[in-house]
Amino acid sequence: MAEKLLMKGNEAIAEAAIRAGCKLFFGYPITPQTELAEYMAKQMPKRGGLSLQAESEIAAINMVLGAASTGARVITSSSSPGISLKSEGISYIIGSDLPCVIVNVQRGGPGLGGIQPAQSDYNQATKALGHGDGHAIVLAPNSVQEIATLVGEAFDLADIYRMPCMILADGALGQMMEPVDFEAKPAREIPEKDWACCGHGGKRVHNIVNSLYIEPEELERIVLERFERYNKLEENEVKYEEYLTEDADIIIVAYGITSRIAKTAVRNARKKGIKAGLFRPITLYPFPTKELKALADKTDCFLSVEMNMGQMVNDIKIAIDCKKPVYHYGRTGGMIPSPEEILAKIEEISGGNA
Amino acid sequence: MKHLYELATEKVTVISGPYGSGKTNIAVNLALDIRKQGEICRIADLDTVNPYFRSADNEKMLSEQGVQTLVPMFANTNVDIPALPPNYRLLFTGEGKSVADVGGDGDGAAVLGFSHDDYIEAGYKMYFVYNRYRYITSEPEGALEVLEEIKRASGLEFHGIINNSNLGLETTEKTVKDAINHAERLAELTNLPLLLTTAPDWVDLENTIKITDITKKLF
Repeated sequence: MAEKLLMKGNEAIAEAAIRAGCKLFFGYPITPQTELAEYMAKQMPKRGGLSLQAESEIAAINMVLGAASTGARVITSSSSPGISLKSEGISYIIGSDLPCVIVNVQRGGPGLGGIQPAQSDYNQATKALGHGDGHAIVLAPNSVQEIATLVGEAFDLADIYRMPCMILADGALGQMMEPVDFEAKPAREIPEKDWACCGHGGKRVHNIVNSLYIEPEELERIVLERFERYNKLEENEVKYEEYLTEDADIIIVAYGITSRIAKTAVRNARKKGIKAGLFRPITLYPFPTKELKALADKTDCFLSVEMNMGQMVNDIKIAIDCKKPVYHYGRTGGMIPSPEEILAKIEEISGGNA
Repeated sequence: MKHLYELATEKVTVISGPYGSGKTNIAVNLALDIRKQGEICRIADLDTVNPYFRSADNEKMLSEQGVQTLVPMFANTNVDIPALPPNYRLLFTGEGKSVADVGGDGDGAAVLGFSHDDYIEAGYKMYFVYNRYRYITSEPEGALEVLEEIKRASGLEFHGIINNSNLGLETTEKTVKDAINHAERLAELTNLPLLLTTAPDWVDLENTIKITDITKKLF
């Protein structure tokens, strides 16, 4: 095991990207993700890469589109309002079947909202990162250590499935410092990028990267093909973690930083004799539908804990076919729930059931 | 050095260093230690860089302990501008001792540069907080680069090194011991005295000064 070092979440995302062979960063500063851009600006030139502060988020995402067309590993990062600006470009990237990594270090919204941590872009990330029939992979790390492995995984998944992958973090995860060990992530086989527009000296027919189709029949065929890839992704790439769910009467579902807080609440509930457990989706798209469904017969109810007004609740209900009640506890607008608040909600629900 | 308060030999003690070296932790512990000696003491949150995890987080606890806090009006709100505490000048004019908690690197130290005459007039000591376990500034050479950057931005001189090498909650006796060589090398490289080595309060080690981790706990 390599030596551990102390890093901020934002720095760890940047370092992990560079270690994953990413040589290109295009971005625009915004709190609370700016350390990421700053790290790239300082490190990329020293390590054979390029870091460019674009004139806007819109410019940055279109630079990503261009760079990804050449088959290069490329990343951009922003926080909530900046991601909204990028959404047209993200749709073009989805429509062009291009791999890239997009980081959202979420802050409170809507609008300019605030600069404190939030998870209120869950629906945007998982349902409508851009217009049109399409998806981006969404990964939600919950520690600086997990960032170190999931960022590399994000690049691999993006390359394998030829689609953008979002790292959905939040201000707390971006700003907090934890020990991290950049151990080698298990290597995955990456298909050759024979679609890339990277110059070939006239030796083959030229590639075209494009999201415009003249004939609707052709566009439909392309979308259907893309959805076959999504099916494979949903079949093979779901990631999640379970904690004390085996005998749980109440299962908290939480991702990212909130899952850490919920874990403390679960431990404290157990001390009080309440059989609580935690289910943590690591991939938010693809959502761990089957895995949650398997728990629906074992437990009495689910409690979604998020830093938003309950955006994941419907995904849980769909996953479990509404077999059991799904409750919600959340703070919003940049407020972070405490383990005590979550425990109080657990007690309220289990008291009501008993 | 046996106690943190021994650092505060002048009117203003400036705690500076790379991002995440533990400046806030040192500054808060130092202010509390000065206060414990019965002296009037204040701490100023001069961090114009970090949106959260800063001295201002400890405002209530510090006030309860009798440490005056100089905090930017908008710290921990959604106002995303680098601002100084409105009563900032008490750093130089207030009774007793002052501790300044400055943001990381040269960018954070710009706040010192713009009133550097005040520091010289009031009398100051500036210390460099070193954490051997911080990425990039882990090696003494990397730390030296930041030290020079801060000197340039502030126009002030450093008077010593505080070895605050830690891995957060995962800090052990070995973590602290293994970093001492590096801190000594940084001292040599910079021609500055290595004044003290810290250890978190759960690590029992001779010749270290125990500090309490005051970082805001989320979980």
